Formats: sequence, C-alpha cells, structure tokens
Amino acid sequence: MSVFSDETTRARLEVDAKEIIARYPRERSALLPLLHLVQAEEGYVSADGIAFCAEQLGITTAEVTAVATFYTMYKRRPTGEYHVGVCTNTLCAVMGGDEIFAALKEHLGIGNDETTEDGKVSLEHVECNAACDFAPVVMVNWEFFDNQTPDSAKSLVDDLRLGRDVKPTRGPDRLCTWKQASRVLAGFSDGLATQGAQAGAPSLAGLDVARRNGWTAPDPARPAAERADDVEGDAK
Amino acid sequence: MTTLTPVLSRNWDRPDSFTLAAYRETGGYQALRKALTMEPDAIVELVKSSGLRGRGGAGFPTGMKWGFLPKDNPNPRYLVVNADESEPGTCKDIPLLLANPHALVEGIAIASYAIRSNTAFVYVRGEVLHVIRRLRHAVAEAYEAGLLGRDVLGSGFDLDVVVHAGAGAYICGEETALLDSLEGYRGQPRLKPPFPAVAGLYASPTVVNNVESIASVPSIVANGAEWFTSMGTEKSAGFGFFSLSGHVTRPGQYEAPLGVTLRELLDMAGGIRAGHELKFWTPGGSSTPIFTADHLDTPLDFESVGAAGSMLGTRALQIFDETTCVVRAVGRWISFYAHESCGKCTPCREGNYWMVQVLERLEDGRGTEADLDRLLDICDNLLGRSFCALGDGATSPVTSSIKYFRQEYLDHLEHGGCPFDHAKSTVWGGGR
Ligand SMILES: Cc1cc2nc3c(=O)[nH]c(=O)nc-3n(C[C@H](O)[C@H](O)[C@H](O)COP(=O)(O)O)c2cc1C
Ligand code: SF4
Ligand code: FES
Repeated sequence: MSVFSDETTRARLEVDAKEIIARYPRERSALLPLLHLVQAEEGYVSADGIAFCAEQLGITTAEVTAVATFYTMYKRRPTGEYHVGVCTNTLCAVMGGDEIFAALKEHLGIGNDETTEDGKVSLEHVECNAACDFAPVVMVNWEFFDNQTPDSAKSLVDDLRLGRDVKPTRGPDRLCTWKQASRVLAGFSDGLATQGAQAGAPSLAGLDVARRNGWTAPDPARPAAERADDVEGDAK
Repeated sequence: MTTLTPVLSRNWDRPDSFTLAAYRETGGYQALRKALTMEPDAIVELVKSSGLRGRGGAGFPTGMKWGFLPKDNPNPRYLVVNADESEPGTCKDIPLLLANPHALVEGIAIASYAIRSNTAFVYVRGEVLHVIRRLRHAVAEAYEAGLLGRDVLGSGFDLDVVVHAGAGAYICGEETALLDSLEGYRGQPRLKPPFPAVAGLYASPTVVNNVESIASVPSIVANGAEWFTSMGTEKSAGFGFFSLSGHVTRPGQYEAPLGVTLRELLDMAGGIRAGHELKFWTPGGSSTPIFTADHLDTPLDFESVGAAGSMLGTRALQIFDETTCVVRAVGRWISFYAHESCGKCTPCREGNYWMVQVLERLEDGRGTEADLDRLLDICDNLLGRSFCALGDGATSPVTSSIKYFRQEYLDHLEHGGCPFDHAKSTVWGGGR
C-alpha cells in the first residue's frame, strides 16, 4: 500500500501541499517543491507521488511525469539514505574526481546510479556543483564535502554505512538523511541554517590577501580626484 | 598595479557574517533606508549611470534592463534572481549566499522598489542544501525586522520574497528556461522576443538578474555611481568576483576591479601550483573559449576579453597546468553539454551527441585527422543556429582547443591513446 493512501499521512501531506501552493501567485509554480515533498516521503518520486502532486494541482499525471523526468534531482527508483555525488565535471575530474569516483565504485561494489544492498548509500557522478575552488568535491545529500581524496571519500562512505556522525565541510554540524534533505528543498525549515562555517578557506583567499596588504575598495568619503592622485602617486 | 577591492566579501571573515546583526554592524540595510527616500526612477537612473553590467555572464547593462519594463502594462511586475549557478567553473554566487545572504536580500528590496515590484523570487539550484537554508533564514530574519513584507521600514512599500529550489538542470540558468521552470514546467528556453521585460513570469513584465548583480546594488546606492566607476574600466565598471580554481596554489574568490589580469591574480594566489606551469584556462566558465599563457596580460573586462577572442562570462578562471590533457578536458565538457541539452532544438541535441562520440574516439586514439574537421563542421552547425546560448557555448571549448592545441589531438592518434598520465594532474599526484 502506498504511503499516500494512508489517511493520516495523506492528511499531513495535504496540509504541507497547501502551504507550498500558498507561496506562489499561481498554483502550478508549486510543482517543483511538491515533487521535493513527495520525494521527502518515499525517498524517490513514485507513481503514487506523481498522482499526489497531480491531484493537489488539478493537472494530469502525464503533465507531472513530464516535469519529474526532466530534472536530475528527482529519483525514479528508491534511493539510499545517503546520496553520494562525486563531481566529475572537467575541473574536479582533472583534480582527482575521476579517481575518487572509481575508488568509491570499487569500494562499494556498485556502479553509477546504484545503491548498496543495505540501502545506505547511492552513488552517482554529478556535474559542477559551484565549488570548483574546493576541488575535488563530493556532495552527500547535497551538502558539501570539500577537498576530498580517494581515501577520505572511502572512509566517509564507511562512516555513513556504520551510522557514525558525519559533518559536512560547509554545512550543519550533522548530516541529515536524504528524505530530510528533500523536505528542506520543499521549503520546510529544519532549523539548522545557523550551524556550520560561514565560509571555507578558499572563499576567504582574496580577502586574506587584501587584509594583509591593507587593500580595500575606494573610500566613498574621499572625492574621486583625490583618489586619482593616489593612483598616480603609486605609479611614480 | 591592480589591488583587490572586497565589497561583497568584506565581512566574510566574521564567523557570524551571514546573520542580520553582523550585516547591520558593517553598514547593512543603510542603502535600503536611503533608497526608500528616493524616487524609484531615480534609482534606475543611478544604476544606469553606475555602468553596472550583468554579472551572470552576458554583461547586459543592469539599469537599462530595468528601464525596459513597460510603463503601461497593468500586470504585476516581478523580480527574479538567478541563483542557478551551474556553468562549469562558476563558483561565486554560492559562497556569497552562504556567507553574506543579506547583501542579496537588501539588493532585492532596493531593486524591487526601483522597478515597482511587490513580489520577488530567488531561483536557487537545488544541489546546495545549506545555501538554501542560509538564504531562507536571511529572508525570515528580514521579514522579522520589517525589512521585507508589508510596509517595508514604514515606507508603504510591500515586498514578498520567495526562495525557490530548483531540481537539477543547467539549462534552468538560461533566463527564459528559468521562468518556465519557475512556472512549474520543464525548463526549456522560450523564443525571444518577447523578452522577459515585456512578457516574463506569468507573461508579466519581469526583470531577471544574477545574484551578484543584485547584491552589488546596495553598495552603489550607498556610495554613489562615481564610487563604482572609480573601479574597473570605462565600459566595464566596478568590481566583481574572480573565481580561481584548478592548478593554482591558493584557489578561491578574489574580488577585484574588472580589468585585472590573470597574471596579477596569480601573483596574489601564489602562482600555478609548485613545479608546474600554466597551460590553458577559461576566462569565464566552460562556455567561453579557452586562453593560454599568451593571454596572461589580457585585461579581464568585457571588451578586452572579447577582443582577444573569448568572453568574460562569469569570471570563472579554471586553471590547468601542463599535466592536463586538453582533449580529455574538452571531452568532459562536451559530455556535460550533451547531458544538459534540453533537447528542444536539433543542432544542439544532435550536435552535442555527435561531438561526444567523435571526442571519445579521438581521446582513445581511434579517431582520424578528418575527425577534427568533423568537429569544426558540427560547431559550424551549432554556433548561431541553436535556439539558445547553451548550444553556442558548447562550441567554445571545441573550436578554441583545436585552434591552440591541434597537435595535441594528433598526438592522441599517433600514440594510439592519451599520452598523458592523468594521475599527475590530481591534487595528490602533482609532486615532481
Ligand atoms: C545555458 C545557460 C545557463 C545560464 N546560467 C546562468 C546562471 O546559472 N546564473 C545566471 O545568473 N545567469 C545564467 N545565465 C544567463 C542568464 O540567461 C541571464 O543572462 C542572466 O541571469 C541575467 O542576469 P544579469 O544581467 O544580472 O547577468 C545562463 C545562460 C545560459 C544560456
Ligand atoms: S540550444 Fe540546446 S539547450 Fe538551448 S534550446 Fe536548443 S536544445 Fe535546448
Ligand atoms: S567542477 Fe566540480 S565543483 Fe565545479
């Protein structure tokens, strides 16, 4: 029996769905967060999940399916508790992402887009995750694990399978599960926003150089002509 | 000598930089107060005279874009912030949102007031969970403090901000695909015209701007257009993030005036990693033609990079040293474009598919010299003939790499495979 036919679950999800829909001027805009919501319930977007979304928005299941299959974050098969994404776009691949991905496949005994038998870890190679200055990058449940090596990535997945606490490099103090992560994506707060670092070392690289050299943006309180003199003075 | 000009990143070394309290302590939301005393049109004029150009890649003048909204359209107007950041190499908006989300929130409030919009959306790529938490938290703090919501700071101006998480699709960074996605459809580009300014979100007048563009607005309102134009070049005014990644000693974010050179940036970043030398680099992400060591002194502004045969793009400087195989690098980028092609138009859908096949056999040493012409042929059919800029962008790494490294492609044929030891390119394999 599908979770969506259980009356209490359904009632709870309908309240969530209403809240999501209310955020938008037009109902249909709620479809992406609704798909995140059903993924939060089952770990993937099932046929029942699609039917639930369609009903909430008064559109057909074909319309929802067309959208669900377009976006890579929606999984069409059950996904592990931890989704491990290894960036193998060019920059990360060159810096060692390919080696990390190969090491994890061998270590876990699974291929791309597969899940370990214990249902703990799903492995996938992912595209550039906007963290190239932290290459090679691994994402777990879409949290950053920066500057990885094959060894660090192997012990990371070991910890995940053993249920040990794992802390992202730039993220909350503790990793949440795939389902919990999907719920955050649907727009429901888990109260963890203020945990973790504000910035990783590479994010501060330029600021460090500026601080050490006493460089700042121009002082708006000083007239431009005066500032131009400084520059000329420097050149002399 | 160019020096760094931290503006958006100036408070990032505070552990609490992302909080409202910290942002306020460094002058945050003063610009919003000032803006609310100005006429909306005066803010549009101010941004025009600052010369701010879009930081999302194309460099369109921001104030001019705002000015395009038709005055007589009775529909609501929308501001949509593009936080999809998925162009390979681009990694500036995400750390900005993690460390300093209030710079964006304040920018949204000012920009919305200027264009007379009461609803703004931020479309954030979904694959950055903690960034989404931080941004939502900042928006909630701003509501709580009366900086968003009904009657912002007692001005009578109402503004709602919705943070919307995407679901994994590079194409949703293209502004019209983004709008389709935000409306709950597959993210596929729309025919332009009409431009979003005329018929954007829900067919209403809409401004789509990049995170960094909008986050730069408070500093312009606070310090004036003259302050902004005192940085950068005549046609590429102001500051921006230069994101160094790859084989460099200290990769990361360097906020500098436009027109800084890679040589200067590398100096600040400790140079290419020890014992190695620069081979090729992208000035603005994978969709911009690659450069070589011959371009170390090209000023990184829109005009100079264009004149040198590439594009400033998103200032995503991906740096590769001599251990890197250019054929492998390009092949990987094209696999990305093939994967991310939305499939709407034939040149891009088919062209990228074929380029992957050809590049694979070239890399494995199974190709022929004629394959290089085949690649250039496919690029001819893509460039200018695809429906959106994703297709155009895919040709950049291919044509530029053949231009600068034709011999390296041929070496693969002679060698019967890749002549490089990929292990040497890795972070841990670079020792000599
Ligand atoms: C395939 C593709 C992906 C894009 N991705 C982004 C993106 O992630 N972020 C962004 O701001 N602009 C992106 N753009 C550019 C947008 O279409 C648009 O020009 C930009 O958001 C406008 O903002 P700006 O004028 O402030 O730069 C992309 C364009 C294309 C063709
Ligand atoms: S160029 Fe590619 S991404 Fe753009 S519309 Fe055509 S198929 Fe889609
Ligand atoms: S290439 Fe891996 S994060 Fe950009």
